Amino acid sequence: MENMISIQNVSFKYRTGEGMEDVLALDNVSFDVKKGDFVGIIGHNGSGKSTIAKLLNAIYFPLSGDVLISGMNTKDEENIWKIRQKAGMIFQNPDNQMVATIVEEDVAFGPENLGVPHADLRGRVDEALNMVGMYEYKDKKPHELSGGQKQRIAIAGILAMEPECIILDEPTAMLDPKGRVEVLNTIKRLNKEKNTTVVLITHYMDEIVDCDNIFIMNNGKLEYDGKPKDVFKQVEFLRKLRLEPPFATRVSYEMNKSGINIKDDVLTIDELAEEICQLKV
Amino acid sequence: MLNDITIGQYYPTGSPIHKMDPRTKLMMTFLYVILLFFANNVYSFVFMFLLLSVAIKVSKVPLSYILRGIKTIVFIIMFTVVLNMFMTPGDNVLCQWGIFKLTTEGIYNAVKMAIRIVLLVCGTSLMTLVTSPISLTDGMENLMGKVPILKNYAHELAMMMSIALRFIPTLMEETNRIINAQKSRGADFESGNLIRRAKALIPVLVPLFLSAFQRAEDLALAMEARCYRGGENRTRLKELKYTYLDRYGYMISFFMIAGVVTLNVFGVYLL
Ligand SMILES: Nc1ncnc2c1ncn2[C@@H]1O[C@H](COP(=O)(O)OP(=O)(O)OP(=O)(O)O)[C@@H](O)[C@H]1O
Ligand SMILES: [Mg+2]
Repeated sequence: MENMISIQNVSFKYRTGEGMEDVLALDNVSFDVKKGDFVGIIGHNGSGKSTIAKLLNAIYFPLSGDVLISGMNTKDEENIWKIRQKAGMIFQNPDNQMVATIVEEDVAFGPENLGVPHADLRGRVDEALNMVGMYEYKDKKPHELSGGQKQRIAIAGILAMEPECIILDEPTAMLDPKGRVEVLNTIKRLNKEKNTTVVLITHYMDEIVDCDNIFIMNNGKLEYDGKPKDVFKQVEFLRKLRLEPPFATRVSYEMNKSGINIKDDVLTIDELAEEICQLKV
Repeated sequence: MLNDITIGQYYPTGSPIHKMDPRTKLMMTFLYVILLFFANNVYSFVFMFLLLSVAIKVSKVPLSYILRGIKTIVFIIMFTVVLNMFMTPGDNVLCQWGIFKLTTEGIYNAVKMAIRIVLLVCGTSLMTLVTSPISLTDGMENLMGKVPILKNYAHELAMMMSIALRFIPTLMEETNRIINAQKSRGADFESGNLIRRAKALIPVLVPLFLSAFQRAEDLALAMEARCYRGGENRTRLKELKYTYLDRYGYMISFFMIAGVVTLNVFGVYLL
């Protein structure tokens, strides 16, 4: 299958000003994301996750190596707007990415910038709002919405640009548990129903247990590239990277350590409950 | 404390004036202000007054809202009246203190000026009361786009205005939060003289500005990520459209001009 995203030997440095050492934020990172996949990127604070997101959206450009979106190199000046349309980006703070004073006008902002004809705009906006389940809120003002709702509006704003891929940089970090669930369900549905490629950057491992693929970042290096099942059971390895495995995995790990034999690759609470029920006393 | 500040002063009633295109309303207000300065006798002033009264009646906006604008400029009106009363040169001197002369011309001028200012403020207040800030911004962008010198700034100015409108409530909320946070640390905003109170505001303003800059940076990034590159080739979800109401609006505009010109000319004979 074709690659939606391909990062090839990418390094990136932040300039920090006169006389100071530049920060090496990414160190020779390579990975691919297939079309239609749902992938997660995790890593502790400062490991380079947001830097990757900004490279994917052609906001930053690699110091060395290449970033390809649908085969288009971000270094090519002419591709920039096409890349930003194809790979939409959602940021952490739901408040600071809403431009317009009315929900539906905010959703229309992206396609308006693309020059989508007036006749098609209405349809795009309504469809995007329906997709995130916020159609009834189309005439509301941003400050009348909850954090989770604002984040869904931001997603609708990207959807209205008809992207092939959505990159979300810690979209749930500022939300309450209810908002988190709303946003996660929305992206999962998008991935299933519209086959949109999703790159979810997060601190919470629970959010990406059922991903197709995960990437673990550590100090600017790619530390792991593979299935969530294979890595989450390696509790020691994760702790070394300063990551906390999902709750269920942690419980089964501790149970195994204290002599109770239980499957060591459970990821969700339900699976864990199932396993515990089957234990013979 | 900050919760009751509203943006602009839009007062929706759904009247035909509310439904008019913002461009029509802007043009009519502009014309009204110009005509106020053309009107030069009792009849044309009465005409201008009647026009505004009918507009207010049709808009269904309570009179108290419209008069609110007057309250804030009472001082300016008084100042203008006094200045006009005593500084107008004239022959028919009623009384005199040094260089100050009270003349009949002076009184006549002062009354004219006062009426002009009151009608001007009421007229422009009415416009902001019947037009939402967003459509006002749209209307201004559209009209400015037709003036050669202003053309290049029309989109940017409108974008700035609408972003300001978008973030005023957010920053207001934030200000409240910071004030509460500082209060819970023992800050005192309510007692002391003016200087002390002003000083107490510094720990509110500094974090507020820092966060506003952060927001601006985030917003710029988000706008770029959504392919914003200025006003060129942008389409609009809501395009301004003239309706039959606007046809009436422009017809009334001609009626206004004709009325003032006629009354100005024939007023001389009527007097
Ligand atoms: N604008 C910047 N200027 C200088 N250094 C920066 C800048 N942004 C990030 N860095 C540095 O680059 C490294 C990677 O940062 P990045 O924001 O990509 O991390 P992250 O994984 O997203 O972290 P977090 O989980 O906190 O969001 C960090 O060491 C950080 O200090
Ligand atoms: Mg980050």
